Amino acid sequence: MSYQETATAILDEETHDAINIDRTKGDFTFPERNKFDAGWGLSSKTVDYICDVKKDPDWVREFRHKALAVFESKPMPTNWATEDLNNIHFDKIRYYLSDGEKPKRTWDEVPAEILETFERLGIPEQERAFLAGVEAQYDSEAAYSNMKEELTKQGVIFVTSAEGLKEHEEIFRPWFGKVIPTGDNKFSALNSAVFSGGSFIYIPKGVKLKQPLQAYFRINSESFGQFERTLIIADEGSEVMYMEGCTAPKFETATLHSAVVELVALKGAKIQYVTVQNWSSNVFNLVTKRGLAMEDAEVRWIDCNIGSRLTMKYPGVIMKGERARGEVISIALANTGQHQDTGAKMIHAANNTTSNVVSKSISVGKGRSTYRGQVHIPKHLKGCKNNTECDALLINSNSRTDTYPAITVKGNRHATQHEASVSQVSEEMLFYMQQRGLNEGQAMSLAVNGFINDLVREFPMEYSVELKRLIDLEMEGSVG
Amino acid sequence: MSLQINNLHATLENGTEILKGVNLEIPAGEIHAIMGPNGSGKSTLSKVIAGHESYVPTAGHVLLDGIDISEMSIDERSRAGIFLAFQYPNEVPGVSNANFIRAALQARLPKGEEIDAVAYYKSLYEKMDLLEMDRKFTGRAVNEGFSGGEKKRNEILQMMMLSPKYCILDETDSGLDIDALKIVAKGVNAMRSPERGMLLITHYQRLLDYIKPDHVHVMAEGRIVKSGGPELALELEEKGYDFLKEPALA
Repeated sequence: MSYQETATAILDEETHDAINIDRTKGDFTFPERNKFDAGWGLSSKTVDYICDVKKDPDWVREFRHKALAVFESKPMPTNWATEDLNNIHFDKIRYYLSDGEKPKRTWDEVPAEILETFERLGIPEQERAFLAGVEAQYDSEAAYSNMKEELTKQGVIFVTSAEGLKEHEEIFRPWFGKVIPTGDNKFSALNSAVFSGGSFIYIPKGVKLKQPLQAYFRINSESFGQFERTLIIADEGSEVMYMEGCTAPKFETATLHSAVVELVALKGAKIQYVTVQNWSSNVFNLVTKRGLAMEDAEVRWIDCNIGSRLTMKYPGVIMKGERARGEVISIALANTGQHQDTGAKMIHAANNTTSNVVSKSISVGKGRSTYRGQVHIPKHLKGCKNNTECDALLINSNSRTDTYPAITVKGNRHATQHEASVSQVSEEMLFYMQQRGLNEGQAMSLAVNGFINDLVREFPMEYSVELKRLIDLEMEGSVG
Repeated sequence: MSLQINNLHATLENGTEILKGVNLEIPAGEIHAIMGPNGSGKSTLSKVIAGHESYVPTAGHVLLDGIDISEMSIDERSRAGIFLAFQYPNEVPGVSNANFIRAALQARLPKGEEIDAVAYYKSLYEKMDLLEMDRKFTGRAVNEGFSGGEKKRNEILQMMMLSPKYCILDETDSGLDIDALKIVAKGVNAMRSPERGMLLITHYQRLLDYIKPDHVHVMAEGRIVKSGGPELALELEEKGYDFLKEPALA
């Protein structure tokens, strides 16, 4: 049995399990045990507090303060994005919470409650099964960070961003903030001012990781903002797959998650960045992700957005070297009360570069999905190719989907194609499936899984199973 | 043991009455055929029995082995033993045939029980061989890109796998060439059993050359207007539906 067949064969058991499963897998919280709390609201004092606790070098302190000024000067992007952004109250958020502990190298050393959290989310188990390294972040800081010993010997670096900027400044600093400048958007500026946690990864020349590295981001505290910062550098000819998962409990008040992720793939390197997010329905998830691909390099974003109140995320690739490739594969599921505003940015900056965007969105109930795409190919280049496909599936007439593709192609020596479709799970299709004995929820799950089936195959198997389970849960919960 | 339809009335959502008091009993072990002109309500009858929500049952009952299924949902009726082979089977994009049928079987198992994958594929392949279906069908998405004949064979495959108590075949013969018709008939005949009742809905006598019915009924304007043995189908073929018009109006 091939790997793909195994993945699909599991579906039915998963569908079956989904009916009985505890819907609240990620919905639990422990009392806060924070020794360090930056308090409510954001000011230069908050920034200084974070710098002091984290013992940031001066250049980082300076970087943060500049970023704060940029953040304050930038308006909310409500001119093009949703008005719901106005419901984020920056003075009612706590920007830094930690217990002051350093990330542990073994799970035994991790405090019991935090260990229990990650065990309930299945992280140590996954690490044993198929991961080369794991970082588990709890609110502002990583509680656990470890990597297989053989990778250390090969010179692979996988640490928190705080460790990266201090211990590996010579590699970290030249690239930090270069792919995504502070002023890229209001939320990249916010992250630059208060970032904490996230990963720094360096893969040396020619090293090809066979197993993925994984980070898990967990929000435990209410009215909190999580601002992790990740920088991955793949040196010439190296290969790495990085996976991230996210959850938060359901709180009464809004929670903010605003990450910045920068990827650098040097000549001939290959980076795959896989996200399966399952935020609870009160999280504002405003994330900036971009990769730089040099000559013959490849950056792939494989992204699945489930949950959150509002997600705004447009992973991008700047193809700066000849024959560089960029790809965004994305799945978004918007249920009632949720808005998935996602897309892709493909910036062609060298000859013979190729980009591919495949986006599938599912809107359920009153859920809303928006696709925003940007493809830029300047006039002086030749031989660039882009393929963009966006498909939307609507489940019930209250849901909404919008597509805003912006493809700027100058010159006539390029090839681009764009396809978009909107479809519905029709009453007749449901009748057909129900006539075979599936209840409405099972029928919906099957239809949705079928719609995204070709993209699910792009995810590592362990994640595709989880992804189908999450979708089944969403669908089971959304009908009768 | 029978599928019993008593004085069944049903309207469209706009109030137009389509079924105007259908009476019919299909005992287990028998095959009944319903013939009738377009618009007589044959397909509607099959959908109302299956619980399609576009029709509003306004009077009467459907009893499955004595149990009234009128209040059951579509999927409950299916699991209770009603199978409808569709005239126009729907596509389910991205879902493989094998997974679809497996999900339908899984839905019939009690909590915590799982389909045995090896036994499942063995049974699936046996039935596919009988229906002369290529093994590749298991991996293809349900009905997507299927020819008319492939879709109908796929309906019979699902029927064989789900092993229902009562099978309703809605114009399964339409759009089939003679070879495909023979294969489909082979599948249906293999399903004949003293425990199973079948209802064939068709326009043409041709199907009944291959699947011998015990009784033939003629439907017109929302009612069964004439019942008889297999010879009735031949009579219809010869005389056309016009000869029914007078009794229907009377």
